[in-house]
Amino acid sequence: MDFGPHLMLASLEGAVISAILVLTAMGLSLVFGVMRVVNVAHGEFFMLGAVLAWVVSTTLGGHPAIGFIGALIVAPVLVGCIAAGVDRFVLKRVNYDADRTIVATIGVLYIIQQSTLMLYGPEARPVQPPFNTRLSLPWFEFGENGFAMIWPWGLSITSYKLFVIFAAAAVLVALWLLLTRTRIGLIMRATQQDSDTAQAFGVPVGKVYSWVFGLGAGLAALGAVLVVPIQQAHYLMGGDPLLLAFIVVIIGGLGSLPGTVIAALLIGMSDGIISVFFSPTLAKIIATFLVAMVLVFRPQGLLGRAET
Amino acid sequence: MLEVSNIESGYGPVQVLFDVSLQVNAGEILCLMGRNGAGKSTILKAIMGQLPVTGGSITLDGKPLHTMPAHLIPKQGIGYVPQGRRLFKELTVAENIEVGLMTRGEGASTRDWVLDLFPRLRERLSQVAGTLSGGEQQMLATARALCLRPKVLLLDEPTEGLQPSMIELIRQVVIKMKAEGYAIILVEQRVDAVLSIADRVTFIENGKDRETVLAAELRRDKTKLKTYIGV
Ligand SMILES: Nc1ncnc2c1ncn2[C@@H]1O[C@H](COP(=O)(O)OP(=O)(O)OP(=O)(O)O)[C@@H](O)[C@H]1O
Ligand SMILES: [Mg+2]
Repeated sequence: MDFGPHLMLASLEGAVISAILVLTAMGLSLVFGVMRVVNVAHGEFFMLGAVLAWVVSTTLGGHPAIGFIGALIVAPVLVGCIAAGVDRFVLKRVNYDADRTIVATIGVLYIIQQSTLMLYGPEARPVQPPFNTRLSLPWFEFGENGFAMIWPWGLSITSYKLFVIFAAAAVLVALWLLLTRTRIGLIMRATQQDSDTAQAFGVPVGKVYSWVFGLGAGLAALGAVLVVPIQQAHYLMGGDPLLLAFIVVIIGGLGSLPGTVIAALLIGMSDGIISVFFSPTLAKIIATFLVAMVLVFRPQGLLGRAET
Repeated sequence: MLEVSNIESGYGPVQVLFDVSLQVNAGEILCLMGRNGAGKSTILKAIMGQLPVTGGSITLDGKPLHTMPAHLIPKQGIGYVPQGRRLFKELTVAENIEVGLMTRGEGASTRDWVLDLFPRLRERLSQVAGTLSGGEQQMLATARALCLRPKVLLLDEPTEGLQPSMIELIRQVVIKMKAEGYAIILVEQRVDAVLSIADRVTFIENGKDRETVLAAELRRDKTKLKTYIGV
C-alpha cells in the first residue's frame, strides 16, 4: 500500500481509539472537575462495563444486535448505580478528602477487579458486534487520465468501527447539551465552582456528587460496551484505559472538558498512527513523554487554568 | 421571625461560637458588629447550615432549621449574600440569577423584579460573572439572593471595597427590602452606615453576642462602639 492510503487507514484506527478514549477520559475529567476526586478505580468501571456487556449479550442470546443494544442500555446504567453506591458509602464517608479518596478508590479498584475474577473468571471473552460488514474505502490519485478514484487493496474499515466513531461523537454532543443547556447541567457547573454556595442556593450537593460519580463511571462503561466487539472482555482490561485517561486529562487540563476532548483526539490519533507505522509500545512511550513535557512546560494542561 | 438561641458551632474541632443568641423580626434590620475574627461570618454560615450546630437552636417562624439538611434551609426563604460575594465565577450573569431563581422555583416575574432593581445587570446578562467589576459583582450577589423572594436576607459585608455611589445603591436596596417586610441581618463594619440603617445592633466579641442595643440609642451615646470595636 502507498503511504497515503496507509496513513488514512492508520488515522481511522486512531479515530476509533480516540472515540473510546474520549468517553473514558470525559468521565474521569467530569468527576475530577465537579468533585475534585481523583478516581483511581475509573478503569475498573470501564472493565465492569465490558464484562457486563458480555453477561447481558450472552444472557439475551438471539441476534447479536439484541444483546448489543441490551448491553448498551444495561451496562452503563448498572455501572453508574454501582459507582453512585461507592460515592455514598465510601467517598462520602472520607469526606472527599483529597488524599483519602485516592487510597479509598485504590481499594475499590481491587475489590471490583478481584470480585470480577471470582465471578467471571480469568478468560477473555468476545462479544459479537451487531453488524460488521467490511467497507472498502476509495483513494484519490492523479494518474495518466487525470484525477481518478481507486480502491486500494486492504484500505477498508468495518461498519462497526465507523459506528463507534459516530456513537462517541453523538454521546459527546449529548453530554455537551446536558452540561450547557439544561438545569441539571447548570446545577453541576454551579456545584463545580463553589459547592458551599451552591448548597446555600438549595443545591443538594451530596446527591449531585452521587449523580456525577455515577455519570462518570457510566461514560467509561459506555466506552467499554462499544469496545468489546473489537477487543475482548477481561478482568484486567481496566489498566490501559485508566493510564490513557489520566494522560488525556493531565494534557487537556484537569477538569477542562474541551481540553479533555482535544487531548483525547491527540493521544488517540497518535496512538493509532504510531501503532500502525511503528509499534504500540512506542505510542505509549510518546504519550507518556508528552505528559512529562506538559507537566514541565504547562502544568495546568493545554486548556486548564492556573490555580488562582 | 428568625431566632438563634444559644448556638455553639465551629470548624472541625475548633469551636468558634459560644452560646450565641440573636433574633430578627420582619421589616427589621439587625446589624452585627464586631472586630475581625469575632465570628460574625461564622454565625451566618451556621444559620445556612454550612457548619454543624453542636448546641442551641435556630428557628424560622418556630420551625427548626438547625436539624434540617443544609440545602433545604434556603428553600425556607433565606437569601444569603456571603462575604467576598462567592459568585459562580465562570457562569454568566443570567446563569447566576437562574441558580437563585431555581432555589425556590421562582419564575420570570421575580427575574424582572430583580433586574429592575439592578438595571446594570440587565445589560450584562451574557457576561461571565468573574469579569464583572467589584461593584457589579456585589449587585449580582445581592440579586441572586433576592431571586429567592426570601423572608430573611443575610448580608455579609456587602459594601466591602466599594466606592460611595455603589455603597449608596446597595443601601437603597436594603432599605427597600426592609420596607417590603424582609427580616434583614447585616454584617457591617462602617459605623456611619450602621447608624443610618440599623434598627438594632448586636455586638459580637470572641464568638459570643455581648449586647444588643437599639440603633437610636447608639446614635445618642457612642461609648459602646468604643468598647466593642474601638472607634
Ligand atoms: N474555614 C475555617 N476554618 C477554621 N477556622 C476558621 C475558618 N473560617 C473562620 N475561622 C475562624 O473563626 C473565627 C471567626 O471567623 P469569622 O470569619 O466568623 O470572623 P468575622 O467576624 O466574620 O471576621 P471579619 O470581620 O474579618 O470578616 C476566626 O478566628 C477565624 O480564624
Ligand atoms: Mg466575616
